Amino acid sequence: MATSVRESVEEVGRLPDFVAVKEQTPLQRMISSQSFWVTIALIALVILMTAMEPSFGTPANAANVTRNLAPFGIMALGMTVVIITGGIDLSVGSIMGLVAIVAGLFLTWHYPWYIAFAMGLFSGLACGAVNGFFVAYAGMPSFVVTLGMLSLARSLAVVFSANQMLYQFGPDAPIVKAIGQAKWPRHGPENWAPQWIPELSSQFWTMVILALIVGFVFNFTAWARHLFAIGGNEEAARLTGVPVNWIKFQAYVFSAFTASIASLLLLGYNGSAINAMGQGYELRVIAATVIGGASLMGGVGTAFGAVIGSAFLEVIRNALLMAGIDSNWQGAFVGAFIILAVLLGMQTGGKSILSASLAVLMPKKNR
Amino acid sequence: MPVLEVRHVSKNFGAIRALTDVSFQVERGEVVGLMGDNGAGKSTIVKAVAGNFPPSDGEIVVDGKVCRFHQPVHARAEGIEVVYQDLALADNLTAAQNVFLGRELKKGFWPIRVLDKQAMIDRSAALFRELKSETRPRDLVKKMSGGQRQAVAIARTRLSNAKLVLMDEPTAAISVRQVAEVLELIRRLKAQGVGVILISHRMPDVFAVSDRIIVLRRGSKVADKEAGKTSPEEITGLITGAIRGD
Ligand SMILES: Nc1ncnc2c1ncn2[C@@H]1O[C@H](COP(=O)(O)OP(=O)(O)OP(=O)(O)O)[C@@H](O)[C@H]1O
Ligand SMILES: [Mg+2]
Repeated sequence: MATSVRESVEEVGRLPDFVAVKEQTPLQRMISSQSFWVTIALIALVILMTAMEPSFGTPANAANVTRNLAPFGIMALGMTVVIITGGIDLSVGSIMGLVAIVAGLFLTWHYPWYIAFAMGLFSGLACGAVNGFFVAYAGMPSFVVTLGMLSLARSLAVVFSANQMLYQFGPDAPIVKAIGQAKWPRHGPENWAPQWIPELSSQFWTMVILALIVGFVFNFTAWARHLFAIGGNEEAARLTGVPVNWIKFQAYVFSAFTASIASLLLLGYNGSAINAMGQGYELRVIAATVIGGASLMGGVGTAFGAVIGSAFLEVIRNALLMAGIDSNWQGAFVGAFIILAVLLGMQTGGKSILSASLAVLMPKKNR
Repeated sequence: MPVLEVRHVSKNFGAIRALTDVSFQVERGEVVGLMGDNGAGKSTIVKAVAGNFPPSDGEIVVDGKVCRFHQPVHARAEGIEVVYQDLALADNLTAAQNVFLGRELKKGFWPIRVLDKQAMIDRSAALFRELKSETRPRDLVKKMSGGQRQAVAIARTRLSNAKLVLMDEPTAAISVRQVAEVLELIRRLKAQGVGVILISHRMPDVFAVSDRIIVLRRGSKVADKEAGKTSPEEITGLITGAIRGD
């Protein structure tokens, strides 16, 4: 292949009407991606905080931060899939609440944990299917449909729970807790891990595995090609035979799936279920996704970006806490970062503001 | 048996009547030029034949079989390939990804069937070379010139062994040299027995390759003439309405 590319480039070199546009190298592509710069910013922030705040760089805090960001990272993966199609899912936070209450109810009725989790998951997927049906097949705007579901699922959660906290989980309570609170690797005399390695939560590992799967799917499957094509030009995708409606439907079901998984893990971690679980999370999930480089216009997004965006927001939150800044400021930061991220990704004259400002900061010699 | 037969096709978009009782045939290895003013209904015919929407009235017969397409894939399954006027490209994908959109090559075994990216890139590169286009398979369509984009849309039609190729203004945005390549491709398709419908506003291109020229005016067919027995002047007159058709 390398030879054929060189051949065609040489052939092209002789042609008078050839407009020279250099093919981007992988390095150039990486440097021009938003998630790359967010990663740099994140690393810088971590180094700065470690130097300034002794309690920040500890393994315990690392375990803490990675656990806190995981539910957002998990949901951001689902949100990325939806945002790539050019849609949005505002209902993820409410779906979390409903899933937790449904699973919690079955636990309080002394069903085995797997039945309870399956019922919770089922209720979450049902919400996703309703979203997907109205967006993909009825052709309604995703904003409207999922806003409706935000209200509907939360209301169901409140009604089903009779506005009570659920915590008497019956015989399987220890298993549920063990799932939510599991850690790896473990410290202690009978375990191999030295003290400086953080004990990473089951939530974190779930996020990592899910991100690897989503990353694989994005890069190697026709399904993801179709997903991106829908975001780029839905009409063109339809004309070329892409099953547009079916794929959009699946995107919303997957988003609900990630919300359900996040909810069940948090349920296990807390050992209780409240109907307010996930309230306001949709904003942070969308913020994480957009900060990670997904475009609200559709057609752009990565699994890595979803995770790194979530990590970025959580580290900022953690840093603010440690710096002793009033936690009520967090919302201001999240909001500011959403606007900033969208601004950077915005296209002006065919160029994103990010790449335009990069071009100013680092002028290319050979153009 | 003609490869395509359009029988008394009409199409309404609400109150707009885009086509009125249009009938014509395309034989194997025949190139039909379809001409008409803006809004005459040329693209509407293409879209009806390509399965974007069924006609309001009349029928479309492919290879003697009456077809009622509801989706473009159905038409493609019958061997109909299309270059759409707006090209139907996803800007955020590369040239190769667009060429194979909807029919990606895969490798491996179920359940893990992954994209065969290299094969798709190689095949697209070969198609672009055949079209003498300087389009690189890995470039994003977003960053391409009009001609390169057109090459991507044309390359798509070469993936399968089509019976009928519909080209809606395939030469609108390309250089003289590339126009020659597209016309050459049309001649090659003809030699292979493929039927071609060429829509273009460029009179010389249409005359260069067409066996027959059909003129549409305000949704109706006003002329269906052998290219050798008419002239650009006559066709122009028919298009503008200066000459009354039959
Ligand atoms: N989807 C649609 N909805 C409503 N009206 C339409 C639609 N598509 C086409 N039309 C109308 O049908 C008529 C024929 O349009 P068509 O696109 O077939 O013209 P055309 O001959 O291809 O013109 P051009 O040379 O500009 O491409 C026009 O009046 C157009 O406004
Ligand atoms: Mg047209």
